Amino acid sequence: MHAYANPARFLKLARPLTSVLLVSGLLLTAAALFYGLFHAPAERLQGETVRILFLHVPTAWLGMAGWSGIAVASFVELVWRHPLATIAARAIAVPGAVFTFVCLATGSIWGRPAWGTWWVWDGRLTSMLVLLFLYFGYIALASSLDREGGSSRIAAIFGLVGAANIPIIHYSVIWWNSLHQPPSLTTGGSAMAGPFLWGLLAATLGFTLLFAGVVLARMRAILADAQAEARLRRKALEA
Amino acid sequence: MRENLDQWTFVIAAYVIGVGATLILAGWSWLGMKRAEKRRDESRGR
Repeated sequence: MHAYANPARFLKLARPLTSVLLVSGLLLTAAALFYGLFHAPAERLQGETVRILFLHVPTAWLGMAGWSGIAVASFVELVWRHPLATIAARAIAVPGAVFTFVCLATGSIWGRPAWGTWWVWDGRLTSMLVLLFLYFGYIALASSLDREGGSSRIAAIFGLVGAANIPIIHYSVIWWNSLHQPPSLTTGGSAMAGPFLWGLLAATLGFTLLFAGVVLARMRAILADAQAEARLRRKALEA
Repeated sequence: MRENLDQWTFVIAAYVIGVGATLILAGWSWLGMKRAEKRRDESRGR
């Protein structure tokens, strides 16, 4: 891991990987969503609205995985002062927030015909909304620290503390009464039918590849901005 | 009273939001990266 603390070494790996991840993610996601929209069978109770889950489930996973990534990067930043860890945490925040928003929006749209309501203040929905607000808080804090030249360790501590919400989201459907269904996919097996399960796994993999490609692209942008600014500052001092 | 909702309206709305947000995010990140790397390369030549 420390070998990639060097931005040049990281860029050597990231340059080819970014387009590979983005293109393969886009293709796999498009194929899985096409299957979900036109080929997957309607479900006995949910009817056609079950197709929304091909978007809702992968984005829910990425919303939580994104914050877990921020927490790991924050830990690495605080303990080892790995220079790329700060950049990785910053790069994850916006895609994490976007996918959390998509998860909440698609869940709400699914809930109207399935539950008869757009929203309920139960454990799962509320903790997911809290995650979206945590992302907003992290983005605002990190950009203000970067602009004002403050210590990035404050954002790293925020990233670690916010991770307390991840197990709350996961166990909310077990701890409290909820309209939201309990996990359908566990280490013990799946409660889903085969055609639905494989389509959902393909969509999840596609969105995950896309997410990784977006994070790499954003890391490269942050690095390039920092290098350009450093170079311009050095030239201004020499002039 | 049971509502008569067209389920496909909800499905299409969810796909428009989900696919739209994903494409905007991917495109914006790609263009931002290209712009930043161009700016860095230009700063080398100045």
